[in-house]
Amino acid sequence: MSTFLGMPAHAPRGVGGLHGDEPFPAAARRALADSQLRRNIGNATSTIRAKRAAVVGEVPDWEELRLAGEAIKAAVMARLDVHLERLEQEVTARGGVVHWARDATEANRIVTDLVRATGSDEAVKVKSMATQEIGLNEALEAAGIAAVETDLAELIVQLGHDQPSHILVPAIHRNRSEIREIFLREMPDAPADLTDDPAALAAAARAHLRRKFLSARVAISGANFAVAETGTLLVVESEGNGRMCLTLPQTLITVMGIEKLVPTWTDLEVFLQLLPRSSTGERMNPYTSAWTGVTPGDGPQEFHLVLLDNGRTAALADPVGRSALHCIRCSACLNVCPVYQRTGGHAYGSVYPGPIGAVLTPQLTGVEENPSLPYASSLCGACFDACPVRIDIPGLLVHLRAQHTEQQRERHMLPTAEAAAMSVASWVMADPRRFARAEKAARAARLLANRQGRLTTLPPPLSGWSSSRDAPAPPRETFREWWARTRGGRS
Amino acid sequence: MRVALFVTCLADALFPQVGRATVALLERLGHEVVFPAGQTCCGQMHVNTGYQRDALPLIRRHVASFQGYDAVVAPSGSCVGCVRHQHEMVARRFDRDRLADQAAAVAARTYELSEFLVDVLRVTDVGAYFPHRVTYHPTCHSLRMLRVGDKPLRLLRNVRGIDLTELPEADECCGFGGTFSVKNPDTSTAMLADKMRNVLATGAEVVSAGDSSCLMHIGGGLSRLRAGARTLHLAEILATTEDGAR
Repeated sequence: MSTFLGMPAHAPRGVGGLHGDEPFPAAARRALADSQLRRNIGNATSTIRAKRAAVVGEVPDWEELRLAGEAIKAAVMARLDVHLERLEQEVTARGGVVHWARDATEANRIVTDLVRATGSDEAVKVKSMATQEIGLNEALEAAGIAAVETDLAELIVQLGHDQPSHILVPAIHRNRSEIREIFLREMPDAPADLTDDPAALAAAARAHLRRKFLSARVAISGANFAVAETGTLLVVESEGNGRMCLTLPQTLITVMGIEKLVPTWTDLEVFLQLLPRSSTGERMNPYTSAWTGVTPGDGPQEFHLVLLDNGRTAALADPVGRSALHCIRCSACLNVCPVYQRTGGHAYGSVYPGPIGAVLTPQLTGVEENPSLPYASSLCGACFDACPVRIDIPGLLVHLRAQHTEQQRERHMLPTAEAAAMSVASWVMADPRRFARAEKAARAARLLANRQGRLTTLPPPLSGWSSSRDAPAPPRETFREWWARTRGGRS
Repeated sequence: MRVALFVTCLADALFPQVGRATVALLERLGHEVVFPAGQTCCGQMHVNTGYQRDALPLIRRHVASFQGYDAVVAPSGSCVGCVRHQHEMVARRFDRDRLADQAAAVAARTYELSEFLVDVLRVTDVGAYFPHRVTYHPTCHSLRMLRVGDKPLRLLRNVRGIDLTELPEADECCGFGGTFSVKNPDTSTAMLADKMRNVLATGAEVVSAGDSSCLMHIGGGLSRLRAGARTLHLAEILATTEDGAR
């Protein structure tokens, strides 16, 4: 007999990077006004987009790989509990310690306690979305522990007291002259004659980070994958800084979302083909690091795996919505999204921006906490075509929009103005006579049209349309009137 | 063939010339067109804005209007996309299984205009004449929901006198997205600005598409800017002949 433990909890408010300060349309409006940002993001996304298209195009079985990726992920979600217990068992058997974190607050406390126990007040970090999601750096800082980001782009974001704006390229909103200024201002060991040449900038960061690697006693990472059958964790990266963190310090703490595991090494084969081509547009990424428990005399001698829920079980409970958990964080959907390309990532108010963020974030927090995100898309479908695991993002957006309006309906006695308008529209259009009468009534708007037969100002909520676009005035004769007149009502 | 015209509420109410052109084109090709008078709206706006329950009566109406026809044709990729990909899903969500089955049957015989011409009627030269410089916006739902591919372009390439010029970044959204254009007007406008830039770069006098909704958006922007390019639905170009029969 099973015990009902209640509905799984969402990610809590007030901690971590899943709750924005303002609705998407307002944040987007500000972002759109920043011409430097528009240029930086437009240039960067179009470069990655072209690289991705080229390397995806050369794989003859790309569609089969996508189908395989989708099938493996769906199978993992269906038996996630079993796979997670297997993972725990294997990690433990190989000398690692597994911790279960219900949410961001719990995960931050576990990691803080683990770092404290080593006596260190500094930890080097491998680029990780999970630790961004829980706001780990801020939690460590509050405990007097300095977290040092070692991924070049994350370092730029950290030194700039900034927020990441892309899953893969967190400093995509910065160009090289901005990066030079940040380094000169914030990096004490940056050379005074630093130029904005990319090689010079990388060399300055390299010298700065090398000192951190050699002195760090604790490293904190995320994980791209965990292989349950052997208890192995994997990080896929470009720079090699992650590998420094994963191999040099005595203690390694990995924070991983519970959805990131695959059952076997054979499954991994599919994702190691899909991920680099989709994310950086490379055939293979330069560094793939895999570690299994602890090996005496080689690498970290203490390994902790923190398995993070933070709303994932709640997403898993939705048979439609759960496919957002299939995401492998490649960010291909961001680079092809016409909305993201123009607003950038900050407008989404979450560490997960772009199309996947618009379906993942509201599910982790509960859609009522991020009600504008499912609407931050024109449903153009470019994200689905780019997704290496075939997440039907447009379908999920529509699903979450329904969830949002239905929750609103349940919570409020009075419908919103929009809901009322939608009900009226439904009532009118459910009957052809009522619809024909409404068409006739709309003809009054012809009086407001200009000489070209265009309406240039519309009342709210349609004023959003007429702020930049004319609208056609209704014609003298609708189609159905023309048909009745010329065909004598023959149907 | 007897073809039921699903004119779409937008074309019925605001762009009747698109419906008339579709009728003229299909009749010229020798087919009988009927207009099931019970039709109103497919409910796409309701589904895509989150009001699936309010879409149910519209789905019921649509199914009742178009059941039993061999072919249902609409001059819209977006509305056909809703019929084909959303009607059954919404009906099932509210456990209306009988309606869902009927919706699936109607969907299986519903075609976007270019699909119907190329795949069902197997015609790519419809005998049209249109001596103007034209660029074509393929529309997101035609491309990525229906996968019509280059069918509209194959039809346009066979139009006599046409100067068809390729639209840069053609497959990118124009920013309409239904209520997206009203809920996110700034982002929508930013997308539209780039679409218009690409349209104007072609030097075309006419930008065409298979969806009145996207054309209403692009046309609304071009008109506001007095940009000197106009919009015409694919059906309107294909319906035009040398003797000016239309």
